[in-house]
Amino acid sequence: MSCPEPGGAGHSSVSVLELRDVSKTYGQEPDIVHALAGVDLSVRAGEMVAVMGPSGSGKSTLLTIAGSLEDPTSGEVRVCGMALAGMPRSRQARLRRRVIGYVFQDFNLLPGLTAAENAALPLELDGVGVPKARAAGLAALAALGVADRAGRFPDQLSGGERQRVAIARAVVGDRRLLLADEPSGALDSVNAAEVMRLLHEACQRGVAAVVVTHDAQLAAWADRIVLLRDGRMTGHTTRPPGPESLLMPGEIR
Amino acid sequence: MSVPHVLLALLSEGPKYGLQLREEFEAGTGEVWPLNVGQVYKTLGRLERDGLAESDGTGQDGPQKRFRITPRGEEALAAWLRTPPDLTSPPRDELVMKVLVAARVPGTDAHEVIQAHRVYLLELMQQWTRLKEGEARDDLSLALVVDAELFRLDAVIRWLDAAEVRLARAAAEPPRPSSPAAPVPQLRRLGARR
Repeated sequence: MSCPEPGGAGHSSVSVLELRDVSKTYGQEPDIVHALAGVDLSVRAGEMVAVMGPSGSGKSTLLTIAGSLEDPTSGEVRVCGMALAGMPRSRQARLRRRVIGYVFQDFNLLPGLTAAENAALPLELDGVGVPKARAAGLAALAALGVADRAGRFPDQLSGGERQRVAIARAVVGDRRLLLADEPSGALDSVNAAEVMRLLHEACQRGVAAVVVTHDAQLAAWADRIVLLRDGRMTGHTTRPPGPESLLMPGEIR
Repeated sequence: MSVPHVLLALLSEGPKYGLQLREEFEAGTGEVWPLNVGQVYKTLGRLERDGLAESDGTGQDGPQKRFRITPRGEEALAAWLRTPPDLTSPPRDELVMKVLVAARVPGTDAHEVIQAHRVYLLELMQQWTRLKEGEARDDLSLALVVDAELFRLDAVIRWLDAAEVRLARAAAEPPRPSSPAAPVPQLRRLGARR
């Protein structure tokens, strides 16, 4: 399964996720609901995109379609250049396991497994040998600063540590696309910001990420913010300049 | 923004020279608020006149003069810290004005106006967040200043969200005849004070 190498030279020009004119409707006329209407979105390797919008704007639908958990009614979805439409279910499932990582609002760690086992799980499910999967799991935990928690069970971890393990599980191996739905869940604002910092760092190592949130402070961590409303893309930020322009704006009174 | 009291706070750590105070003021506020040296000496002169600080200099302003806080200055500083700033009167916010006006200018799409402001505010927030990601990691003062700015901008975006919902609702519903509801004299009085 080929995909742009994370961290490779010029990785930022490669599209990991591509949505073209994607629409999704639920139900039938006259009660038809247009969850998404003609959405175009391209996310490059190394880029973090935040999707913002009020509830019911189609944010979560966009994420489930990007993750091939649902098919669009029309339009095209490409992950690592491969069109999902027409791909056999088994290949889609393999793509999900190998290329895409998910971070959920409520972490979804398995309580009976240690942090290391949780982080290694996607690889083991994909048929990677246990020693190799465990080594990758530990490496992912180390990258997120929780290597010393490897042997602990989820209920022995703090909220912030649990979310780090959840992010480690999402990036374990060589995942290229990270999909996160309100990834800071019920964490306080300082810990929530820490989650976004970790996701952004993962992107700087070459992963592409789509983060759905209604929180502007969390969305502001992204390289680009896309605004959804009633299933349509209504606006987006352009790549922001560096922070230098904010400093020393003028003399104070 | 009270420069005199911040200078008093710096002097409460021990006697300091004017240039040193300027450097520490800027460093201590995350270097977001610059301060010119003339302003420092002018403020120190006023503090001295009011008996809140004193100098061991010869009466000539300059870098040789060292300042220290007086007991009265310490009292003034403690009182200032615990006195809430006056937030009773809503500030005349330009953004609020623009949205209020947009809602009544014929041919203007208020949602489009709101969206333009929202995107701009988000871009500003992204810039502040880059600062938080970089320099503010090891600079507590800057981290606090950046947080304050992010919360402020976030509040404005939330207001835009709420305004958009209200405008959409008002457009969908015919205006109701004004009811003889309870007046809001309290708010009017406060607003009229400025």
